[in-house]
Amino acid sequence: MSDTRVRNVGVDLQDANEENLRLVQAIVADNDGAQVTRMPGLVRVQVPSCMTIRRETVETHLGREWETPEFQLAIVSYFGHISTWEDDEIVIKWDH
Amino acid sequence: MARKLSMKQRYAALTRDLDWTPSYVDEEKLFPYTRFEGIKVNDWAAWEDPFRLTVDSYYKYQAEKDKRLYAVIDSFAQGQGHLSLSDASYINAMKLFIQGVTPIEYAANRHFSFLARHYNGPGPRFAALCQSVDELRHTQTEAHTLSAYNKYYGGFHSWPKQFDRVWYLSVPKSFIEDAMASGPFEYLIAVSFSFEYLLTNLLFVPFMSGASFNGDVPTMTFGFSAQSDESRHMTLGLEAIKFLLEQDEANVPIIQKWIDKWFWRGYRLVSLIAAMLDYMLPKKVMSWKESFELYFEEQMLEGLFKDLEFYGIRPPADVAVAIAEKEHYSHQAYWTLYQYSYAAGFTTTIPDAEHLDWLSAQYPDTFDKYYRPLWEKAAKIEADGGRFFNTGLPQLCQVCQLPMLFTEVDDPEVVAVRDTVFEGERYHFCSDGCARIFADEPEKYVQAWLPVHQILQGSCGGPTLPEVLAWYGFQDGDSGEYVGSADQIDWQQWHSDEPVRS
Repeated sequence: MSDTRVRNVGVDLQDANEENLRLVQAIVADNDGAQVTRMPGLVRVQVPSCMTIRRETVETHLGREWETPEFQLAIVSYFGHISTWEDDEIVIKWDH
Repeated sequence: MARKLSMKQRYAALTRDLDWTPSYVDEEKLFPYTRFEGIKVNDWAAWEDPFRLTVDSYYKYQAEKDKRLYAVIDSFAQGQGHLSLSDASYINAMKLFIQGVTPIEYAANRHFSFLARHYNGPGPRFAALCQSVDELRHTQTEAHTLSAYNKYYGGFHSWPKQFDRVWYLSVPKSFIEDAMASGPFEYLIAVSFSFEYLLTNLLFVPFMSGASFNGDVPTMTFGFSAQSDESRHMTLGLEAIKFLLEQDEANVPIIQKWIDKWFWRGYRLVSLIAAMLDYMLPKKVMSWKESFELYFEEQMLEGLFKDLEFYGIRPPADVAVAIAEKEHYSHQAYWTLYQYSYAAGFTTTIPDAEHLDWLSAQYPDTFDKYYRPLWEKAAKIEADGGRFFNTGLPQLCQVCQLPMLFTEVDDPEVVAVRDTVFEGERYHFCSDGCARIFADEPEKYVQAWLPVHQILQGSCGGPTLPEVLAWYGFQDGDSGEYVGSADQIDWQQWHSDEPVRS
């Protein structure tokens, strides 16, 4: 591929409650260069090339057990490709 | 005690262990629709659903989403939430939504349940089944949410009938029926990839942020609740396209043709959203142009299509036209809705001074030059005691069914019209994109139910305007000018100390 610019990936989450804010904090903690922007009702986190959401980090920020499928309650939209959705982590990146 | 299975193992148990190879019926007989489109699938087992949904986890999280939504709807109704909207004119955006979008969700429910039976692989069958249930949930939650407004405002009462009859609703109707009348793979590229992945953010996210900003809490909640399913649907679209491209190189040109077609079909459909975003929200979230740049140019062209380049896929054929049109799209679409809103299930009005200035700021190169003068003309007519309504019937595009309202890319003062002759009849199009779609399958599009033609043929209640509007199911207060409408008068009385009108 000739274009070598780094492409962002990201998620739009509901800016709804304390739990989602902690989820955002967990994503920021695990992903260097994470940028957080707000729109009415929405919070967007984007990172260069690859985003990892780790269960352990989320649990630390929430102070309770958390299963990765719970992420479905927070997510509104995303860009990138969900390459992994396992018990311990979710990874969003471009493949090529 | 046995260790709990991992997500991966549970998904494999559902999609692989519960599947079987037919022994007394040919696979070709069991799945009769997956060959005629020319798509080759060599290994259905290669289909991966990253969400790894299983029945128990699907219902667990969907039930939680619904519980949250219905709590919001209840408290909104109890707290007289309809009074805390930014303005009653906002509700016109929701009328357009329930008339034009909700019936698409219902149609998608029907078709995904068909696909849940007809794909050869258990992975896509189960993903289609979940999406089918999702789409039914969206139809229901949208109807439940907006029924709270139906008690107070006009225009919400007959949307399923209107979807089948009204001129501007033939745009979404013909879109989804074109997809449903395609084969099972084209439908995936049409709906799951082109609509859900490429364009859904343009449709849903600004709508729902707009709802949030304009005090419409239930719509925001159902929107984000539905959209959380949408991220699964986007994934289905992306998995589908990657799966088909990886299965066989012969699939690549077929997929490219469908991307070209369905990008354009979907893009023409969202012209109604462009109009809504720039003109129907009292408190603005972002302009159509900004939304198009963010959600389409940045995320899709700069992101996704770089990924698809790997497979030999290029961006949609008419993408340059869409980029050029972003300066004009919403203005041309809303100007048309304004002129014809005497025949619509919502009302329109001239943007106020602050709104016009916002449009000038968002569209510095085009608004003051081409579109502000139109509104000044309309304002002059109004100042003289009139209202500019266009009572002539517009010519419609044979493919997207929009009136001929878009201009040439290199001359915004000339309306674009294309035409072609097929079997001795002449057909008209709004663009090269629609003309190309027709040229590829003329036998399909000559059958289009065009609302204007149908009125002239006498299929719509009678020859006069009142007869047609009655056949559309419109009631007093549904249509026309917003200023002085029943909705506006009610709103003013609810917000004054005067007793509510008897």
